[in-house]
Amino acid sequence: MAQASDTQATRRRWLLLSPALLILLFAASGPLLIVVIYSFLTPGDYGGVIWKFSTDAWFNVVVERDFFDDTLSFSDAHLSIFWRSVKLSLMTTLVAFIVGFPTAYFIATRPKDKRDIWMLLIMIPFWTNLLIRTFAVMEIIRNEGVVNSLLIGLGIIDQPIQMLFTEFAITLGMFYVYLPLMVLPIYAAMERFDFSLVEAAYDLYASRWRVLRRVIFPIVKPGVIAGSILVFVPSLGAYVTPRVLGGGKQLMLGNLIELQFGQGRNWPLGAALSITLLAIVMIALIIYVRAAGREEMSHG
Amino acid sequence: MIEISGLSKTFGSGANAFTALDDINVEIRQNEFFTLLGPSGCGKTTLLRSIAGFVDPTSGSLTIEGQDVLPLPPYARPVNTVFQNYALFPHMTVAQNIGFGLEMQDRPKAEIKQVVGEMLELVQMTPMADRMTSQISGGQQQRVALARALAPRPKVLLLDEPLSALDFKLRKEMQIELKRLQSETGITFVFVTHDQEEALTMSDRIAVMSTGRILQIGGPKDIYDHPAERFVADFIGDTNFLDATLQSVDGEVATVTLPSGKSVAARAVQGGNQSGAVTLAVRPEHATLTKESGLLDGVLQNIVYFGTDTHYHVTLDAGSAFVVRKQNQPNAGERFEVGEKVGISFDAGVGQVLRD
Repeated sequence: MAQASDTQATRRRWLLLSPALLILLFAASGPLLIVVIYSFLTPGDYGGVIWKFSTDAWFNVVVERDFFDDTLSFSDAHLSIFWRSVKLSLMTTLVAFIVGFPTAYFIATRPKDKRDIWMLLIMIPFWTNLLIRTFAVMEIIRNEGVVNSLLIGLGIIDQPIQMLFTEFAITLGMFYVYLPLMVLPIYAAMERFDFSLVEAAYDLYASRWRVLRRVIFPIVKPGVIAGSILVFVPSLGAYVTPRVLGGGKQLMLGNLIELQFGQGRNWPLGAALSITLLAIVMIALIIYVRAAGREEMSHG
Repeated sequence: MIEISGLSKTFGSGANAFTALDDINVEIRQNEFFTLLGPSGCGKTTLLRSIAGFVDPTSGSLTIEGQDVLPLPPYARPVNTVFQNYALFPHMTVAQNIGFGLEMQDRPKAEIKQVVGEMLELVQMTPMADRMTSQISGGQQQRVALARALAPRPKVLLLDEPLSALDFKLRKEMQIELKRLQSETGITFVFVTHDQEEALTMSDRIAVMSTGRILQIGGPKDIYDHPAERFVADFIGDTNFLDATLQSVDGEVATVTLPSGKSVAARAVQGGNQSGAVTLAVRPEHATLTKESGLLDGVLQNIVYFGTDTHYHVTLDAGSAFVVRKQNQPNAGERFEVGEKVGISFDAGVGQVLRD
């Protein structure tokens, strides 16, 4: 009797889990497996793949064969794109944190009925189409754009400052696009934060800065970690923003991958680069979460 | 020690203005257990927070050992607070919580370690030193909050209803514990509560507050036996109020005529009326019930048995109600029946004339 209801319960559990498992299987694991397989095949002449095993694609991620004399050398182009992607993503995450943390703090310390309005103001850009937002940034920073016209109009500069199509433009664009992803989790943590702890710390001789560093920050840290991941991961794989604001000169990993599937007609290399991107994300996350955890142990 | 004069605090402005503190004048002495007692909204917590530095008074002065502390932020004042909800740091252990204040004062590590050890000992929490604060009980959290506030050796310890979250038995234990800590550390305690019994049992002196004002300051016995105002008499313990006529005042002694027409000596109040209609307060346990006619006469309406004592509810001939409380003895003398005609008496000087 008990056994019968046990198996029934087990069957029920699997039934309830099945939608999630199906999505994982067909929408995550399946496509990933296809990408892994493609990365070990031979590129077709007009795109697509030929079903013939090859490790060339993986080779080409970091090494390139000279077109004329077949000599091998490190692929400077690829490495510099990897480096730029990581650098700009880290910059974006850092700036988003520097701006997002005080913003979340500000909203969380408003009266309860005002917080939703502030959150709405943060969210409205997030609901706007990505391309529109990116072109808006372009309009602001281009040579004839708002900022340059204003500075020239005020007589501060004679020549427009070249901001568009630089790494600065990409970082600014990604920061603007992903800022809500930093603010949201920090705000969620701050909202649950018990501000009487701040009074307790003030009372115990902690200055404002020390209250922030020793009491507020450690307690809302899970929100900061979540926000950093949410900004860093999509920044690393960003495609539209570097394409529009980098003007095709400042490629990032997303653009490089797109290039292989498009004009490059080298699907296996594109697949190998995708897996590499995934690996970089995973390694970065492991390092980050470990470091955050270790600090918790030592600092308490 | 702490001198407060003319301290006022108004929140908001214009039509929405709310006066939380209205011209507070009080001097709290060295190593005193001083209690601010009153119902919620009376301003006692606002006064405590003004001393701590979390409330900026609108006017008045506040000095601690002669030093004007009003311009100082909370972290620069020689006071520590035990908060009502304890406000322990959830990301730190018990020992780290207790050491936090010392650490913020940049005391040497060895000293912090030693003081934390002493404090753990003092509140009997040594075995729990490395627990997180979420892993200990409410009573233990209370002890940690106390130890954390005491560790930097403040000149004044402020306690904001620290026992209100504890159950009855634990509260009794902590009351004794607090008194012990106060005498062992020699620190001045300023204690906020709405619990009159707690105030009476623990305090050296009590300030009774209502609507932002201090109504009366005095020792527990003083406050209980000789309340100066109706609010104080009513808030602390049970009281019978009698409409009386003041005949004469001679120093502390007032002669009043009761509704029954009989006269009795009572205690006069400072700053009260010198003659005319007054209210006389008589504690139920200070009156005795008799079969024969007394200072007041009436009919026994109800008898309520409480174990240690019995309450006799009498309707006076003048129409008002009066309660007499009598301690129960194993061989009770006189027995009273409901509906019986009874007399009520109390000694000269027992009644207190109130300032109306």
